[in-house]
Amino acid sequence: MKLYNRGMIIAGIVVFLIVATFPFWYGRGKAVSPPDLKLDTPAIQQLKEKLCVETAPYMRANHMKLLAAWRDGAVREGNRSYRTADGRVFQVSLTGTCLECHSNKKQFCDRCHDYAGAKPACWSCHIIPEEVR
Amino acid sequence: MAPTRREFLKIAGFSAVGLVLPFLPSLSSAQAGIPLSPAAPGRLQALKAKRWAMTVEPRKCRPGCTDCITACHLEHNVPVIGNPKDDVHWIGLERVEHIFPAEAHPRLPESITKLPVPVLCNHCENPPCVRVCPTQATFKRADGIVMMDYHRCIGCRFCMAACPYGSRSMNYRDPRPFIRKINQAFPTRTKGVVEKCNFCEERLARGIFPACVIACKDKALAFCDLEDPRSEVRLILDKGLSLRRRPELGTGPQVYYIL
Ligand code: SF4
Ligand code: SF4
Repeated sequence: MKLYNRGMIIAGIVVFLIVATFPFWYGRGKAVSPPDLKLDTPAIQQLKEKLCVETAPYMRANHMKLLAAWRDGAVREGNRSYRTADGRVFQVSLTGTCLECHSNKKQFCDRCHDYAGAKPACWSCHIIPEEVR
Repeated sequence: MAPTRREFLKIAGFSAVGLVLPFLPSLSSAQAGIPLSPAAPGRLQALKAKRWAMTVEPRKCRPGCTDCITACHLEHNVPVIGNPKDDVHWIGLERVEHIFPAEAHPRLPESITKLPVPVLCNHCENPPCVRVCPTQATFKRADGIVMMDYHRCIGCRFCMAACPYGSRSMNYRDPRPFIRKINQAFPTRTKGVVEKCNFCEERLARGIFPACVIACKDKALAFCDLEDPRSEVRLILDKGLSLRRRPELGTGPQVYYIL
């Protein structure tokens, strides 16, 4: 095979490989510390038992599914209250219930979402009380 | 045999695609359902009806009053954009000749032709907006309220073309900067979705009548269950002739006008 401009092509491929794999070898051996989530809001401090609508491990893994079920239930079925497995009842509301306790969205929601590269679109419509106050 | 240049380029191209593929987000992420416990009874008694309907008696309105509009638009974070092209409204005032074109004629008295009439979504019995919506973002509830699920709206504006009453508005720009005072109890909308009156379904769920009905000091608006023969709406309708907007279209509007 006759390869014209062999030097340029090989050099180009090498440069491409270096750029494409840059994040891997640049970050090797470095551990990024997990986000430091703040749970010390006034509303949470007042709770006798520090418990979210469901257990913390469940919420950590499934809050997005729970919120999607809340959303569809409230908008489409009109279910505006949520009974937890242990019988507590909550109003289905992102701003009213979730952000009531987690009033520090920047130190709670955002830190983990930034770490995980998640970009939820909730806040283009739902209101963050600390921002409009 | 050595590959031709063409073959070499093909192989190079496929290899490049192969390099990128593992980084693309998985297209088949499994969706595990969450068991939702049956809805607990609300803490506040919600208002329920078989068929919500409204009567409007514009002749009761005091001249120049816009209280219903102000109340609704504050309650629902409706932006005040101030240019007719991008205007967003849930309720407004219109002239009789515009909303009842078939009934209007040159001999109508000035008391009728100059009368501003409140107009809002008619929450049609047979809503064309629901029929055309490709995502079911607009849907009709069992109690007759034509609702919007803003999470699903893709902004195609089919519903705006389908609604014969101009009840719907598109957010051509981000509405947030145009909201004078944000009501934290209700979300705003975002650029690229359509919005309209929701018969205050979020207030009904808390046991409160619609904002416009409460705001009207002249009791020009009434809101009740149309299926209940003793409801205020039915008592008003029983008194005489009432009009609906463009009934010949077959949409079955549920806002009744007494003129
Ligand atoms: S008035 Fe328009 S937006 Fe409202 S239900 Fe009827 S067709 Fe739909
Ligand atoms: S603009 Fe939104 S609500 Fe209207 S038809 Fe399209 S998706 Fe449905």
